[in-house]
This record gives sequence, structure tokens and C-alpha cells, in this order.
Amino acid sequence: MRVKLLIPAAILALTLGSAAHAQVADGVVKVGVLTDLSGTYSDLSGQGALVATQMAIDDFVAQEKPSFKVEMVYADHQNKADIAANKAREWFERDNVDVVTDLVTSSTALAVMKIAKEKNRIALVSGAGSTRITNEDCNDATVHWAYDTYSLAYGTAKQVVLHGGKTWYFLTADYAFGLSLEKDSTDIILASGGSVLGAARHPFPGNADFSSFLLKAQASGAQVIGLANAGTDTTNSIKQAAEFGITPKQTLAGLLVFITDVHSLGLKAAQGLYLTEGFYWDLNDGTRAWSKRFFEKHKKMPTMAQAGDYSSIMHYLKAVKAVNSDDAQKVMAQMKKTRIDDFFTHNGRIRDDGRMVHDMYLFQVKKPSESTGAWDYYKLIATIPAEEGFQSLSASRCPLVKK
Amino acid sequence: MTIFGVPLPALFGQLLLGLVNGSFYAVLSLGLAIIFGLLNVINFAHGAQFMIGAFIAWIGLTEFGMNYWAALIVSPLLVGVLGVLIERLMLRRLYQMDHLYGLLLTFGLALIAEGVFRNYYGVSGESYEVPEQLQGGVNLGFMFMPLYRAWVVVAALTVCVAAWFAIERTRLGATLRAATQRQDLVQALGINVPVLMTLTYATGAALAAFAGVLSAPMVQVNPLMGSHLIIVVFAVVVIGGMGSILGSIVTGVGLGLVEALTKVYYGQASSVVIFLIMAIVLLVRPAGLFGRTA
Repeated sequence: MRVKLLIPAAILALTLGSAAHAQVADGVVKVGVLTDLSGTYSDLSGQGALVATQMAIDDFVAQEKPSFKVEMVYADHQNKADIAANKAREWFERDNVDVVTDLVTSSTALAVMKIAKEKNRIALVSGAGSTRITNEDCNDATVHWAYDTYSLAYGTAKQVVLHGGKTWYFLTADYAFGLSLEKDSTDIILASGGSVLGAARHPFPGNADFSSFLLKAQASGAQVIGLANAGTDTTNSIKQAAEFGITPKQTLAGLLVFITDVHSLGLKAAQGLYLTEGFYWDLNDGTRAWSKRFFEKHKKMPTMAQAGDYSSIMHYLKAVKAVNSDDAQKVMAQMKKTRIDDFFTHNGRIRDDGRMVHDMYLFQVKKPSESTGAWDYYKLIATIPAEEGFQSLSASRCPLVKK
Repeated sequence: MTIFGVPLPALFGQLLLGLVNGSFYAVLSLGLAIIFGLLNVINFAHGAQFMIGAFIAWIGLTEFGMNYWAALIVSPLLVGVLGVLIERLMLRRLYQMDHLYGLLLTFGLALIAEGVFRNYYGVSGESYEVPEQLQGGVNLGFMFMPLYRAWVVVAALTVCVAAWFAIERTRLGATLRAATQRQDLVQALGINVPVLMTLTYATGAALAAFAGVLSAPMVQVNPLMGSHLIIVVFAVVVIGGMGSILGSIVTGVGLGLVEALTKVYYGQASSVVIFLIMAIVLLVRPAGLFGRTA
């Protein structure tokens, strides 16, 4: 380079460098992972969420070589909204945490979203599912990343009704997520020409015996029993339904099933189950490569929540670098401007209501004879395009959406 | 014919399920009542011992090919040995102190056990299959009754009755009861009281493990299965009367039935109703339904 240009260039570079430091507070971006580390959802999120987030941070620093440091903190919210809210508040007020992620269990996500908005930070939800996050409770500090109850219902419920399962009975976890899933599924079932005969609500968390609720479902005579719950609630329901002779006469529809649930149930009990997911490790070369790295660290294949954690944090950090600031409004604007193109999705974008829309996939659990080994559990039935699989903005109940 | 909107056959079915759950609560709370009644120790590790019992059955099946019937005997034995170790090495030192220290110690042990298992096995749980001889079920007309659940009622109630008989009607039981009231006199008669106390704790722990093996084919075997149940079981023991064996058996079955009725009419409250009853009983009869005031 010419010497004449060297000195002004050097001065420019120096000033730019210090300007970057002044914009990202203290030169550190802090990522807080708030998840269930010890309870019902700790296998589908939990430790794996920490692994995925740390992978995103390490990859970002190695590839993009940012001028700021990135740190991760984490906490166990134990599926309790008040613990999550207190922790988030403490992180935002005292520890300068810039973004909170994962937030499995919808009640915690809904609580922390409000605090993120109040404190002008960002919440990236990959773990929770309730559509309230992008409807009644929406705000511009939140992105709902991996999946939601509408897209699950659209995939599974619609498919099952089309295959002949016209009458439904729900087994619902009695809290925000379960009720949201039941409502969204009911809407889709009715719109597809089916009918809902009733619902049995069970306490959450801490209920291990579903025999009474399953008996009610059996007595209703419905063709399909929709399981509007997740984690060990779903696996126990499936197991006990087989025990009481409910399956195979009545079909079970697992409205939210993660690969870790199928792994613990075993293919013999879970075979034939229809489910909708936003990610599967064996979809294509990109997912396989990333999942292999994840498996080396975590010793289990990633669920869509964990993959979503990586994807959302990577997108966030890239946005921080692009606008050279950790100010929530600026970063969020940048996040909404750029498309998401990574192993998680190639055509993802964030809408005004905070919903990240991407392709979803309808799977069916393989029979034991069809599987080549551990974690080879799903066969792809259909890909649901991004614009179809999520609730359209025209039907949105979010005040931020301009109609 | 319907009762409050629920058809009679459906009600019978739910009550039968309540009986199954109730006999399960009874055998689980029996161990707790024995330990408190005879040793005055609040054994918060009971839920963890239940979980370890179930895991021993699962590990036995997958690693050693040990079948369910063998597990019903081996698992309580192994957990009983664990109970002996806990009592000899740790619990023994706390007998002279406030009840709370025993509670804290056993609670701490429960947390450790849960944490260790969660570290190795995760929380999603492992599948334990119903043994061949008990698969399938009987169609009773108003519901399909799995054979395994019928077996749970039979096994649980048999064990409960046997334990109650042993403690209330045999010489060994009389010795045990005397030892808790006047340890010095009983020891003066030449009976080895410390060994009796160790064996009592071990028996309570073994009963928890037995309940664990019974439950393994019904639910996913996971490290959190004990912590969900322990609170309910404590409520059962408190309602029945902390020292009363008969009380915990009768209350266990009774509460199973009440829970079933709640599930029929207002399912969301089924996990709360037991505590509501506990609050009412404590207000009206603080010593519990069958308890003796100290």
C-alpha cells in the first residue's frame, strides 16, 4: 500500500476501532441462556441449549473476529415464570446482559419477554411454543425462532384429519402452552372439516399418571387423541395409552414431540406417530455436519430448540457486528432486515410480529425395522413452506402488525 | 344414569383406577410411616429410594437380563442394604437431635441421588416393559383393565397387610414398638436395639424400592419420578397420622379414590385436592385421622 495513504488509513482504522468499543457497551456482549436445567424439559433444551449457544459464540468469534468479546451466562428457571422473571430482571439490571435466549416453557417466555421490552433488551425464544408470543403478547423486543403451536397444529392436525382422523379428543397440559396448542389445533381441525369432542386437562408439572384422563378420552369414542403436552407428559401418555388398549384402536397425535422423546420411548412404542418439527439432524448435508459437531460435545442429537438456539444467537451476533452496537432497537432492526441462511433454514425471515418464519417438516416415526440405528427415527412425509406453515399476518392479533 | 353429568360406567372405571393409584400410594407411604412411627425420623429420601428401586430394575433388565420377578426381590434387597449404610453411618448420629436434622440429611441425600442419576440418564426417562405374564388385560364392560394394574393392587395391598400384621400383631412388632417408647428398658432386657433400628430403616427403604419396581412398567423410569410423588406421599402420611401404619394404608387408598373423583369432575385440580384435604384434616384433627396425640 502507498505510504501516503498508510497514515490516514491507520488513523481512520484506529478511530473506527475505538468507535466500535464505545458503541458496544464495555466492549462485551453478554448472552444469557435461561432454560430448564433440571426438570421435565431439560432433555429437549437444558444442557444442550448451553452447548448450542456456546458453539454459536465460539464459531462467531472464530469466523467473524469481532472487536468485542462475547460472554455466556446461564440459569435454571425450573419451569417457573416467577423465577425466570426475577433472573432476567437481575441479569438486565445488574449484569448488563444484552440478550436472553432459549426460554423453554411458554409461561417463562411470556414473563421474560415483557421484562426485555421494559429494559430495552432482546429475548430470543427457541424453547417455548405458545402463539401468544407473536399475538396478544407480542412486542418488538422478542423473536420467536424455532416453532410455535400454530405451525405444529398446521402440520400434524391437518395431516391427520386429511388421513381420515375426523373426530378428536384432547389431553391437555393445563398451562399457557397446552391451552395454546389445544386452541390452535382445534381451529385447524374445524377448518379442515373435523370435529372436537372434548378435552381433559391435566395438572402441569408433576403429573405422572394419565390413566384417568386417557379413560375419558377412550370413553369419548374419538378417532384421534391429541396430546397437547410435551416432554415426559407426552411419553407417559403414549406409554399408558398402549397399556390401556387405547392404541391402536384410537390414533395418537403427538402435537409436540422432540427427538429426545422418541429416543426415550423407543421405536416400538412410538412407531407410526405423526409429528411436526422445525429441524431434524438427518435432513441434509448441512444439518448432518452441524449435528455431528453438536453430538461430539453433547452425546445426543440436537432437538429443534437447541438448533434454534444456535441459529438465533448466531444471527443476533452477526447483527451486532453489522451495526456495531448492542442497542436493542438497532440490532433488532438489523435482524429483521437480513434473511437467515444457515443449517437451520435457508429462507428464514423475521416478521413484524417477531415470528421467524421458516420451513417446517412433517415426519412419521419409523418402524424398528426401518431404522438403521440410534437416532435414525424419522421419515420425512412433507415439507411445509414457510409462508404456509405459520399463521398469516392478516389473522394476527398482534398490535404491532399494520393491517 | 349419570351422577353430576358423568355416566355410571365411566365413574366406576375412574374409581377402579383410583383404587390402583390408592393402593400404590398406600405401599409407598407405608415405608414412610414405619420409619417415622418407629424411628421418629422424617425420611425425605423415600422418593429417591423409590426412584433407585425402579432404576435398579431397569438397569438389571438392560445390562444383566434380570427379569421383573427377580427385580421385585433383588431391588428392595439392594436398597435395603443402602438403607443400612445410611442409617449406620449417618442417621444414627441424629437421633438425639430435633426431627428437622433427620429431614435435612435425608433431603440432602435425595438431592444427591437425583442429581447423580440425572447426570447419567437425563430426564426423558427409560422405557421398562410390562412383564410378559402380565401383558394385556380384561374387558370389564365399563373399561379395559390392564392385567398389570390389577396385579399392582394385589401386590401392594398384600404387602401392606403383611407389614401391618407384622408390626401390630407379632412379637417382633411388639418389640419394635416397645423399643421406640422405652429404648433403655428394652435394651436392658437383652435385645439389641440399635440393630433393630437399622433393620427398621432398611425395611422402610426396601418398601420404597418395592413400590419403585411396581411402578417401573407404568411410567417412564426417570430421575424425577420420586420427587413428584414424595410430596403427595407425605400428605398421605400426615393425613393418616404420622405414626400410624393402619392410618397410612387406609388414607392412601382413600386419597387415591378422592383423586380419581376429582379427575372425573375437574381434572385440573387433581394435584391440589390432596393438600386441600390435608389442610382441613390438620385444622380439625391435628394428629391425623388415625394418629395418637404425642
